[in-house]
Amino acid sequence: MMKKNSVSEESLIKPKTLEEVRAMIRSHKRNDFIFSSIGLLTITFALLTLLILFVDLVMDGYPKLNYQFFADFPSRRAANAGILSAWVGSSLIMLVTFITAVPMGVAAGVYLEEYAPKNWFTDIVEINVTNLAGVPSIIYGLLALGLFVYTFHLGQTIVTAGLTLGLLMLPIVIVSTREAIRSIPVAIREAAYAVGATKWQVVLHHVIQYSFGGILTGIIIGMARALGETAPIITVGALTFIAFLPPAPLTNVAPFISFEWLQSGFTVLPIQMFSWLSRPEHAFHINAAAAGAVIIMLTLVMNGTAIWLRYRIRKNIKW
Amino acid sequence: MTTTQLKDPPISKRLAKNIKRNFVERVIEIILMFAALAATFITLGIVYILVTEASGFFKEVSIIEFLTSRQWSPLFEDAHYGILPLISGTLTTSFIALTIAIPIGTVAAIYLSEFASHKTRETVKPILELLVGVPTVVFGYFALLFVTPLLQKLNPDLPTFNMLGAGIVMGVMIIPYIASVAEDAMRAVPMNMREGSYAMGATKFQTAIRVVTPAATSGIIAAYILGISRAVGETMVVAIAAGQQPTFTFNPLEGAATITAYIVQVAMGDLPHGSLGYQSIFAAGMVLFVITFVFNILGHMARKRFAERY
Amino acid sequence: MAQNKLNIKAEAKNLNFFYADGTKALKDVSLPVYENKITALIGPSGCGKSTFLRCFNRMHDLYPGNRYEGQILLHPDNTNVLAKGVDPIEVRMRISMVFQKPNPFPKSIYENVAYGLRVRGERSKSAVDDKVEEALKGASLWNEVKDRLQDLAFNLSGGQQQRLCIARALATDPEIMLFDEPTSALDPIATVNIEELMSGLKNKLSILIVTHNMQQAARISDYTAYMYLGEMIEFDATDKIFTNPGRKETEDYITGKFG
Repeated sequence: MMKKNSVSEESLIKPKTLEEVRAMIRSHKRNDFIFSSIGLLTITFALLTLLILFVDLVMDGYPKLNYQFFADFPSRRAANAGILSAWVGSSLIMLVTFITAVPMGVAAGVYLEEYAPKNWFTDIVEINVTNLAGVPSIIYGLLALGLFVYTFHLGQTIVTAGLTLGLLMLPIVIVSTREAIRSIPVAIREAAYAVGATKWQVVLHHVIQYSFGGILTGIIIGMARALGETAPIITVGALTFIAFLPPAPLTNVAPFISFEWLQSGFTVLPIQMFSWLSRPEHAFHINAAAAGAVIIMLTLVMNGTAIWLRYRIRKNIKW
Repeated sequence: MTTTQLKDPPISKRLAKNIKRNFVERVIEIILMFAALAATFITLGIVYILVTEASGFFKEVSIIEFLTSRQWSPLFEDAHYGILPLISGTLTTSFIALTIAIPIGTVAAIYLSEFASHKTRETVKPILELLVGVPTVVFGYFALLFVTPLLQKLNPDLPTFNMLGAGIVMGVMIIPYIASVAEDAMRAVPMNMREGSYAMGATKFQTAIRVVTPAATSGIIAAYILGISRAVGETMVVAIAAGQQPTFTFNPLEGAATITAYIVQVAMGDLPHGSLGYQSIFAAGMVLFVITFVFNILGHMARKRFAERY
Repeated sequence: MAQNKLNIKAEAKNLNFFYADGTKALKDVSLPVYENKITALIGPSGCGKSTFLRCFNRMHDLYPGNRYEGQILLHPDNTNVLAKGVDPIEVRMRISMVFQKPNPFPKSIYENVAYGLRVRGERSKSAVDDKVEEALKGASLWNEVKDRLQDLAFNLSGGQQQRLCIARALATDPEIMLFDEPTSALDPIATVNIEELMSGLKNKLSILIVTHNMQQAARISDYTAYMYLGEMIEFDATDKIFTNPGRKETEDYITGKFG
């Protein structure tokens, strides 16, 4: 039997025998095990929800998941209803979103990382970007409704919806641009300057190229988010029962590009799903499930691509 | 072309300041700066529109009634404009969601950061990110057509629209947010500190709870604030599953409307621009904006106070 | 009360160590650690001295894939620290460590020192109070902090933080204390404080210290070991190593021909 502690006369700590110490360590290790099990359970729970969600949607919507679904307009008869106008609307709007958010977001990110002096002005801009990321999406909808639809007279159109989602996506693009730029080592930058390049040349030819992958990742994630957003689009005024398509962007008459589609009424996939879900008839719920399956598949693919992209970048970077 | 006598020694053409090049550089910088200012303009735009429309609203409705009345029925003939029912709806659903999301998210984060193997972590984290990307309307479907029927098996009196089902699903939806951010915060704690704990004979659990979690407090609080903002600002899950009947109640077994659900409900209808009903959504939106803004500030302050120093 | 009898407190016997990627970092290292003495490990960067030190308290176990071969025996019970059946936690309760970069916990000064006691389940407040005071005195920090024990440890200076870490390690009455370049991150005055401290500590326990600084080894240690490329080149009394080393490699390093 070994005394664990050597004890000074004044100390009140009772020396423990070896058996007592070992028993205590065992009980502590039991805590390790219990917590580890609980932790594993929570992780499994979180992963299972994703699986259950997906399976539930696919199983419920299975009858409607076929080519016809994509080619049909919504209809009063559930059996005939499809998501044609919805996915066309989503695609067109995402085009506008992309054009709104990406150039401005990348430019803003580049400015904040490369040019902005460290003063109160820049601080305010940065605080704003962080704050905006935490603003509920429906507030963007209110902004769009009040300002774009009425004050600017843009109406309840594709261009309004695209602008709204673009603003929503903007902080995401800014933040990922900044982070991508930040990961470039100073040494590479200094090498470019040392050759005599101007600031803009360094930015254009080096910084943006090296951070391109990271920026792209942020853009994909932002677009996936835009695809799934419902609340701001409802607020802007999507129609839930449109049986027409917006005019095509490309025409067969000169000048071959039309902008009429921007001013068209529209619907998007999530809103179509929401509208079907709001009907009490079970048949429409099947449609909603099918639409949901399409939406979740699209977002999973986009987000999955972004994650994979980021993984590849991290692996390949050899500064 | 000027022909001036140069008093200074001539500068070589290559080293001379190139006016045209500098001009282009300046212009580019200014363009980029305006892009950055866009973020500020957005905030200004939001504040402007909310305040403008809400002030129109408050010209007609007394602020006392707004803040204290327990009835919210702006679209009825006998209109009442008390925001409390919407706030009670928001608070109840958010509370349910956070009681689920915060404990589970934190435990998951601690497990991933301190207990899980490298492979487990690398597999699970991307899946958490995928979960974060699932559109909320899908969760709304899940709440209405999967969770509520399940709950109704346990309690047949449960109405189709209830705050419990919506709150539960919202909680599950927020778990990945909290877990992800909290886990990042814990991973950032340097190994040096952990080694100090292990060298004292501590177990994994003791190290995780007594050393790593306190060290990551700032980031963990940021995760919680993020979760709270998400819960309060969530629209689709509650609009679909909690119903759209503004009722002043904290009973989760009833249906109710949140601030966000109300806004959506009105926006889906046809309200003439400038009408009181139209303005009411901006008043409600302003309340929402203030709530989330306050939480963001609180989060910012908390992070400064607990800032990591290692 | 000088100990005339030279007891071996711990000894490494034919120790080999492999990192997860297969690198053999320690090659057949043997070394005695004498009781109540200070033993210093010196050698150029990368020679394996820190790796060797961290074997004593099984620190390498924290990173999957590492492998030990050989023995580190603790006396008087003859336990092999590296044996598979031996619990690293038990080992760490007998052997404590002070690190190169001071690593206080995000807690008060008091709680930092009390950490080891809390981990061992000590609940009696007065017992912990006593031990904390004793440890802080042993680390020559008591007078500077006795009025602000509830202050955050992070508010202390670098040298004070390191003495705090020493107090923390002392509070659990370890049999051996391992020091991994404890003063390399500190200014000269703090360094002197800690060197004096260590000389006082050896009365209660045995010390094994890794140091980058040869002069430090010469100043405070009783025995010195010179390592190079994972091997133990020479081990002897400090005086002898620094005045009349037996091996040429040792002499080359000591006289600054390389390293």
